[in-house]
Amino acid sequence: MSHAPWLIVLGQAAEPASRTPLYIIMVYMCALFALGWISSRLFRGSSKDFFVASQSIGPFMLLMSVFGTTMTAFALVGSTGKAFSLGIGTYGLMASSSGLIHAACFFFVGIRMWSFGKKYGYVTQIQFFRDRFESKGLGYLMFPILVGLIIPYLLVGLIGAGNYIGGVTAGMFPETFSLPEKVLPSGKEIAHPLNGSIPAWLTGLVISAVVLFYVFLGGVRSAAWANTFQTIVFMIMGLVGFLVIAHGLGGLEAASNKALEHAPEKLSRVGLMTPAHFMSYMLVPLSVGMFPHLFQHWLTAKSAKSFRLTVIAHPICIMIVWVPCILIGIWAAGLHAEGSLRVPPLPNGTPNANAVLSAMVKTFMESPVLIGLFSAGVLAAIMSSLDSQFVCIGSMFTNDFVVPWMGKDRFTDKQKVWLGRGFIVFIVLITYGISIFKPTSVFNLGVWCFSGFSALFPIAFASVYWKRLTKAGVVASVIATAVTWSLFIYDALGNKGEKWFGESHAGEYLIAGVMPVTFICLASIIALVGVSLVTKAPSQATIDRFFPTKG
Amino acid sequence: MKKFVYALVILMAIIHQDVWWWDNKRLVFDFMPLGLFYHALFSCMAAGVWALAIKWAWPSDIEQWAEAGEEQGGEQ
Repeated sequence: MSHAPWLIVLGQAAEPASRTPLYIIMVYMCALFALGWISSRLFRGSSKDFFVASQSIGPFMLLMSVFGTTMTAFALVGSTGKAFSLGIGTYGLMASSSGLIHAACFFFVGIRMWSFGKKYGYVTQIQFFRDRFESKGLGYLMFPILVGLIIPYLLVGLIGAGNYIGGVTAGMFPETFSLPEKVLPSGKEIAHPLNGSIPAWLTGLVISAVVLFYVFLGGVRSAAWANTFQTIVFMIMGLVGFLVIAHGLGGLEAASNKALEHAPEKLSRVGLMTPAHFMSYMLVPLSVGMFPHLFQHWLTAKSAKSFRLTVIAHPICIMIVWVPCILIGIWAAGLHAEGSLRVPPLPNGTPNANAVLSAMVKTFMESPVLIGLFSAGVLAAIMSSLDSQFVCIGSMFTNDFVVPWMGKDRFTDKQKVWLGRGFIVFIVLITYGISIFKPTSVFNLGVWCFSGFSALFPIAFASVYWKRLTKAGVVASVIATAVTWSLFIYDALGNKGEKWFGESHAGEYLIAGVMPVTFICLASIIALVGVSLVTKAPSQATIDRFFPTKG
Repeated sequence: MKKFVYALVILMAIIHQDVWWWDNKRLVFDFMPLGLFYHALFSCMAAGVWALAIKWAWPSDIEQWAEAGEEQGGEQ
């Protein structure tokens, strides 16, 4: 197998690469600053406006903000990397199933949650759960668990951005960010493929600062504006980038035929996943029904009718973003097998899946301007999730922890906004620290995070459809989820010896051939239903309040 | 019609498990692997099913209740 093409690229790294892409990314960041400032002019100064934009968001902005929030590094960087290793089945695992399940969550749960928020003035989902289950303490149990599950989600964004920018800026600053030479298995020393690239810590710092800036200025309203802008940017640039890469490979047909010739296994699912594994993945997208940041976006809707466009267009938007990424991933697999694509390796020598997209962009996009625009699109996808998560963390801290603990009248509206901002910075600092020291697969980390939220989804669903659901049932379900999730994630990632429950297959941790989310959900549902049936039902007043119609 | 829409949603969940093309590597339009093409079509069909859900199963009772006026007074 010849390694000549990528060795030539490495050889050229002695001369600094064009910095034009970086300048374009910087212009994009400035545009976000400007957008944050403009949207902040509409900020009404109240905590309700900061946390739910005074319920003024219409159908198009709701679609863009909800879709932009669900698409993070997981969708672009993660999906391309996963298709590189698992092939086309990656689309069915997460994208097509999400088109059905996400929209189902919006339709069956989101509209009802919005109606309660509208009627009773909720800002966070924990406020709803507190009232629905007549328990202040339930909020204190759910708060750390929800924040704890959001942290891996934030990590997905920061790690994905760091990996992508690292790959695409390789060779730009050979003196400032030099890296030691790498030793090939043959013993030969070569220049580090990421020599002279922007380090992950700097990328994480910059995107966190930009997102914090516009979120601080206008809260969820700024996030919705920025999401709309960024979603349009990453959808357009994703398509443009896809076509340019295809052109660089000699056209769509030539690119796919190369994959068929050199990595045929990636064009089907046989040997890479089993039907049981594939089916169990359908539980993962249920997580959107329990994401606190999506709940907050639902509450920003001006009316229930605002949901209609989101429910219908969400599957199509997913398709527009994911199909090109999956194709790029399998093309990369073919090129890598052929020896004409160099993907920076992990310390263990295997190709770094997170770096597949940047490797394809760097190798097959000739124009530095296009590389810059495409890279801005990738960052747009990442930041459009981070902003919502940042606002949500602040909302939860203020409304679910501080206010119930210290009392409603202890703080002025302005102080509540500042409390939220302070906690956002605290969590971002923790996440940022972890992102520097714990690089891992963006896709797998995302799936673990989503699995936790998916297992909590039965609580959200039952809370709006099952009158008999009790506080004790919810507590049992939360504990069952926390225990099983912790055990499985430790077994998968922390247990260096023989695995207790499952085994690794093609980079996935499976238990009895299916995703761990299956058993976490099962434990959650059994605890929820079992304990609810043997404990005292909620009061009639509460049932009347949350089941006002026969529908 | 509501039940028909719910049945369609369940049917979609079933046809998502396309085991019949598990090992098919054929390229549709000479560039799109068949398994990927099928699931892209599935995404379009999902949008269609949700359009029907909005037409025939919209929770208008909930919508009217929520928009009848804010009660507030939530939170423990």
